[in-house]
Amino acid sequence: MSALTLMLALVFLVLPAVVAARAEVRIQEVKSDRGITAWLVEDYSVPIFAIKFLFDGGSTQDPVGKEGLANLMTGLFDEGAGDLDSDAFQTRLDEAGAEMGFNESNDAVGGGMRMLADRQDEAFELLKLAVEKPRFDQAPIDRIRSQIVSGIVANARDPEAQAARKWAKAVYGDHPYARPDQGTETSLATITADDLRAFHKANFTRQNIHVAVVGAIDAETLKKRLDQVFGGLPEKADLRVVERVEPKLRQTMHMEYPLPQTSLQLIYPGVPREAPDFLAAALMEHILGGGTFSSRLFDEVREKRGLAYSVSSALINQEHASSLIIGTATRSDRAAETLGVIREVIRKMAEEGPTEAELDAAKKYMLGAYAINNLDSSGAIASTLVDLQTDELGIDYMQRRVELINAVTLEQVKAAARKLLTVEPAVMILGPKFAETSKG
Amino acid sequence: MILGFLRSKGSLPAVFALGLSWAGPALAEAPRGDWDVTSFTLDNGMQVVVIPDHRAPIVTHMVWYKVGSADEMPGKSGIAHFFEHLMFKGTTNHKAGEFGQKVAEIGGSENAFTTYDYTAYHQTVTPGALEAMMGFEADRMRNLVLTDAVIGPERDVILEERRSRIENNPGALLNEEVDATLFQNQPYRTPVIGWMHEIEKLNRLDATAFYDRYYAPNNAILIVAGDVEPENVKVLAEKTYGQVARGPDLPPRVRPTEPEQNTKRTVELTDERVSVPSFSKAWVVPSYQTAEAGEAEALDLLSEILGGGNRSRLYQALVVKDGIASSAGAFFEGTMVDDTSFTVYGAPRGEAGLQQVESAVDVEIRRIIKDGVTSDELEKAKDRFVRSMIFARDNQASMANIYGSTLATGGTVDDIKQWPDRIRAVSADQIKAVAAKYLNPDHSVAGYLLPAKSVEK
Repeated sequence: MSALTLMLALVFLVLPAVVAARAEVRIQEVKSDRGITAWLVEDYSVPIFAIKFLFDGGSTQDPVGKEGLANLMTGLFDEGAGDLDSDAFQTRLDEAGAEMGFNESNDAVGGGMRMLADRQDEAFELLKLAVEKPRFDQAPIDRIRSQIVSGIVANARDPEAQAARKWAKAVYGDHPYARPDQGTETSLATITADDLRAFHKANFTRQNIHVAVVGAIDAETLKKRLDQVFGGLPEKADLRVVERVEPKLRQTMHMEYPLPQTSLQLIYPGVPREAPDFLAAALMEHILGGGTFSSRLFDEVREKRGLAYSVSSALINQEHASSLIIGTATRSDRAAETLGVIREVIRKMAEEGPTEAELDAAKKYMLGAYAINNLDSSGAIASTLVDLQTDELGIDYMQRRVELINAVTLEQVKAAARKLLTVEPAVMILGPKFAETSKG
Repeated sequence: MILGFLRSKGSLPAVFALGLSWAGPALAEAPRGDWDVTSFTLDNGMQVVVIPDHRAPIVTHMVWYKVGSADEMPGKSGIAHFFEHLMFKGTTNHKAGEFGQKVAEIGGSENAFTTYDYTAYHQTVTPGALEAMMGFEADRMRNLVLTDAVIGPERDVILEERRSRIENNPGALLNEEVDATLFQNQPYRTPVIGWMHEIEKLNRLDATAFYDRYYAPNNAILIVAGDVEPENVKVLAEKTYGQVARGPDLPPRVRPTEPEQNTKRTVELTDERVSVPSFSKAWVVPSYQTAEAGEAEALDLLSEILGGGNRSRLYQALVVKDGIASSAGAFFEGTMVDDTSFTVYGAPRGEAGLQQVESAVDVEIRRIIKDGVTSDELEKAKDRFVRSMIFARDNQASMANIYGSTLATGGTVDDIKQWPDRIRAVSADQIKAVAAKYLNPDHSVAGYLLPAKSVEK
């Protein structure tokens, strides 16, 4: 076992220590006999712990025509495993005092459990059964499928849900990212127990797993638990290759609907997580529309003009696509004005970039926000550790990022603004017809 | 219903379908009595609670005011929430935005929210910044500068917030009118965000009057949870909040109460954006503040056993066994100043109709009224509540919210500590008794969300 120690408290030594912080977060790397690696933060102040894990793959691995398979599978892990049928499994889980959950994204299927330390034997045994031996019995498949179909039908006339579907197609075309990850009534109807078993076998393996554990458990115990839960999984994954995709920009989709409030979304190019200018772009994006109450978009759209309740930007990175997205919802009779204001803010940022003072404030924000946003509960810490693993940032990233952020120059941030924001974006409008007053 | 100053980044309009909100029954996640909480009161009447948690170098700082939308004057609906927004403007000591910049500078997060019974402001920061947060928060308690220039655009922001949350969402529109029908006299009949036509008329004088009446240390509670020591917090609190003069004594929060309900009422909304119908049915029931001893605890357990999750009677009967519903459940909001609501809900799936789902829900309620609950399901429900208390200790913000919401609605620190024992003491007979006493199907209020006629199956 190699153990790395990280004292997060170091990050805050530069701040006035009126109230001395005494907390710290140490990450250890734990490797089991069967080759499962996990990152662990030991902590005994509350007698619980959280485990989070993630298998690369996700809904992009759904076979064509069987969209919604990964999502359906995530609803079935507590519906029977090993010798236990649905009712028996849920009863045992309830008695064990553990909470288990699964979810999927385009790129991964994730799961986790929160348990009481003194009931861990029973909890881990149930987790092992769920992960390794889900039953996929027909009755629960039919029930969960029909619940998902109800949700799809319920959204069939909801303008926001419909716009989101059309927009994904317009932006991602034939790429798997354009497919609805919940599937359709038609695709869900074709999915069988054998499809679920095949997907599980190809995607739940020791090769493509990432694990993090936080709480009242030591490294030696965790080693054994890792093999207990994951050691029986197949060694190699069988994943189909997914191509990288660039979102289709330079287009406008106006979905007309007589709503009192119009939704606007603008998509610009993004920057991959591993690109050298990622942090420069992230700092620029924070200044543009990332700050809670202090971004340029917030000031111009909400604070000065009262045009919207919420306006913000986000730098989105999926495994195979990157984008910078800006979104707001504004009163329909002033939607054209709002779009004009947003495009003017972007034009100015692209041409002039941020000021030195803005960059300085954004750096300070990014340095401090990491702990505050990511470390406020066992589950949040565990999720952060899993993300660090999938982003391949390294176990010492929390330390290194201070230096990396401080090293970004104003010129680099200006260059990122020019590169991303001078491109004509994809614009989505959901609301009544309007005449666009400004072509930024 | 809870309204915040700004919803989380990039999310779609919040859906408070069927009245569910994150606050839920706050007491249902209250912690066990073996953790270390310090409570004291400053000379000016401000109550302080410190909840140490040294796992990460983070501290959550919250100030709760004992005023919410249910305290508003008639005709001024929405002023409590509007005022919450105005608290982010400038003061005599700090320009607008200075407080927010200070929070952002250290990577902190901040927000605020308003409910029927309280308004809270909070920041999560590093411990070194706690004193600065307390200084800013104490400053805006009394020194806000309110001009027409800041009021106008902010009122427009709130009108957009109302359109986002309510007008754009048929389920939210229906819930608003179900509440107005359920509560015929109590102020909970008015939405927290306010009625559109009254928000439009709110002005500077309304805001100033509201500020002067309710924003004072003797009407506020300070909660500090995280990587701090109580003795340090006390020193800082005296240095900041302790310098604010006590305000006039506020009269007890005695509000109009509900008359006896003798009717069955229904509210229907038909909307072309709806394709699957759904319903909710609600009753006025006592809260932890108004209930006779043990009744609120029994209602909490009743809601858990009847409809608290996928092991509940409604879920097992309607979703799993009969397969007629895509969802079915119940909830009880116990942490309220006045009488509150108990709600059941459901939506059909497959070929089943809404009427069939509603009848099946009624059958499950009648079964409990007639036969009560089993000791096994009662014990499991109690275990879930006790366990949730231990899990709540994993998150300092959850702990701060439990203490803040309880104290701001008239509860005490001891109420929270003793709650697990009071839950453990509830008998199966008490559950049956509260079900029989309060869930009378002939004296209920039902809300139906229906597809437009042309698409109805």
